[in-house]
Amino acid sequence: MKQILSLLALLLLFGLGLAQKTTLTVGVFPNLDDALKSQIQLFNKKYPDVEVKLVIQQYADHHNALTTALATGQGLPDVAAIEIGFVGRFAEGQGFEDLNKAPYNAGQYKRLFTPYTIAQATASDGRFIAMPVDIGPGTFFYRVDILQKAGVDPKNMMTWPGYIAAGRKIKATTGAFLIADAADVAWINIFATTPANTSPYFDAQGKVIVDSPRFVRAFELAKNIRAAGLDARVGAWTNEWYDAFKKGTVATQFSGAWLQGHLQNWMAPETKGLWRVQQLPEGMYASWGGSFYAIPTTSKNKALAWELIKFVTTTREAQVAAFKAIGAFPSLLSAQEDPSFNEPIEFLGGQQARLLWRDAARRVKPLRANKYDRIANEIVTQALSQVLDEGKDIQAALTEAKRLIERRMR
Amino acid sequence: MRWSGFQRRYAPYIFVSPFFILFLIFGLYPTLFSLYMSFQAWTPSDGWGRWKYVGLENYTFTLTDPMFWRSMWNTIWLGVFSGIPQHLIAIPLAFVIHMVLSRFKTFVTAVYFLPYITSSVAIALIFNTLFATNNGVINLVIAHLNTWPLLGALLPDQNINWFTSANIKYALALVVIWQFTGWNTLLYLSAIQAIPKDLYEAAAVDGATRAQQFRYITLPLLRPMMFFAVSLTIIGNMQLFEQPFVLLNGGASAATPGGQTATMYMYRTAFEWLEMGTAASIAWILFVFIGILTYLNNLIFGRAARGGD
Repeated sequence: MKQILSLLALLLLFGLGLAQKTTLTVGVFPNLDDALKSQIQLFNKKYPDVEVKLVIQQYADHHNALTTALATGQGLPDVAAIEIGFVGRFAEGQGFEDLNKAPYNAGQYKRLFTPYTIAQATASDGRFIAMPVDIGPGTFFYRVDILQKAGVDPKNMMTWPGYIAAGRKIKATTGAFLIADAADVAWINIFATTPANTSPYFDAQGKVIVDSPRFVRAFELAKNIRAAGLDARVGAWTNEWYDAFKKGTVATQFSGAWLQGHLQNWMAPETKGLWRVQQLPEGMYASWGGSFYAIPTTSKNKALAWELIKFVTTTREAQVAAFKAIGAFPSLLSAQEDPSFNEPIEFLGGQQARLLWRDAARRVKPLRANKYDRIANEIVTQALSQVLDEGKDIQAALTEAKRLIERRMR
Repeated sequence: MRWSGFQRRYAPYIFVSPFFILFLIFGLYPTLFSLYMSFQAWTPSDGWGRWKYVGLENYTFTLTDPMFWRSMWNTIWLGVFSGIPQHLIAIPLAFVIHMVLSRFKTFVTAVYFLPYITSSVAIALIFNTLFATNNGVINLVIAHLNTWPLLGALLPDQNINWFTSANIKYALALVVIWQFTGWNTLLYLSAIQAIPKDLYEAAAVDGATRAQQFRYITLPLLRPMMFFAVSLTIIGNMQLFEQPFVLLNGGASAATPGGQTATMYMYRTAFEWLEMGTAASIAWILFVFIGILTYLNNLIFGRAARGGD
């Protein structure tokens, strides 16, 4: 009753009538759409008069279309899904509602979520533009059969030197590569060693710090792995990547917990029972992926849009439904207490991996978004490729990267 | 009476108007808007109209940007190493098809032309599979040739990763040559067919060999077509986009700066980094550059194209 009253109040505020079936459009990308479909069924039980229409586009197309639509203010949906890689720069723009303000007052919900997600969706001027719907705690996948054959104890891989030493042993005895791409090791080091409440690339004063020892060590580790011939030199999301998982030519992979769902459903279902997970080496915790929902300022149904977002992000039943549908790890803390978290995962040989991931999610430090994160990310990616592929000196590559990022900060 | 006067006067304009309306909306307006935009700073996600005049700042920034110059260098490298072979293959090929294979001309030309009309995306996807590091056909062939006695010494022992910054250019050049040689062959073949037969007959009577006929009759008379075909190659290669974009998996291109062409860099500036004004300035700098190259081409082949000598 109380909820219905508050909805009515909101509707009055926005001067809307809810006489007939109202249509709400949501722009979303796969496979978040599968999660949303399961949530809409529950939502319609509460709001039978609302028809939720999905506009589904591929990941890159979806975010490009959002950018173009924001530029012209035309063709934006009532609710937009935003992936973590884009939320920082959309936050800096003026195209989405500030959810801190009335009538949203999202401040009251912030304590319900995994803490680091709030910082991700907050602009440098304090506006909070999107509610977190799922998260990706970073985790360490390994092939238990390959490690056994090589006589490697996964516990010995919990330091980076130990990880590389194990890689040599695996390569020598089984011929399998340690990892698909050495660059992944650099990235997980860069993200996991970022001090709380700063950006990975900028310090608290906004100065570029990509030539600091954090970056040098991350680059050195990747370079050592490449120099020892321990990586397959295969980029993520390519056919060769999937093939490597299927054939077992790589022994480990760092990724978000969601990779398990992809491996199980389509990448390598035949490797069921051969994978295990553990925390990242050296007590590192990192976020690897995550999705948000935001309301464009041009939305004509802001009250309803907010009801839908609140429903999918702050109700336990909707969060658990998404978790069951696609394995999207709930951002809502109470949903992480669901009994299904104790269930063993058959694909991981009966491991209770979700408890491990929940633990990791709670230890990830909140990072602050910077307007130039995206540019810095690309320039550091380029520097890393010059070090790994072209043999450029690490210090020289990072100094050059710093200069290129500073140029862009106009 | 009045109606038919109106018709007579305005009907032609109404009939041609669809082209002009479409051209104004999709041709002229974006062109002029991008020129205007190149003097502004605009983050498109801020919304329409929220741009700021910055004068020549975008141009000075781009012209002093090492990443832009690297992408230009890649573009020029690709332009030369994928452009010149196209013509070096197409001209003799057209001559041979005309002289020797004239009975199967239609069929042979159709086969060579096929890559040109195939979608670039499909081509890039296929080549992606062919160039795969660990189980791509190209690396398998190289590995097989490696077991041959003399050749083996020249070839690398390990699988080549074609998608690194250093190697991607060769892969890209191969794709572009393969895709556009057929188109140029068709252009040259049509020009060769227009050369009067009696020239060859007269040369044959004077005792000229096939090679001499090619050198002293075909080549000089092909100059107008060379001007046209080379112009198209210059314009096309300087704007090379889909092949590297798809072959590099779109987003993955940051990790392979060696395959980043100027138009890709422009696209990333606009849509990845949301610097619309800077991207517009790249477009106009590229326009001027293509203009200069076309002018140089005109100096080399142009007089022949206009019929003088």
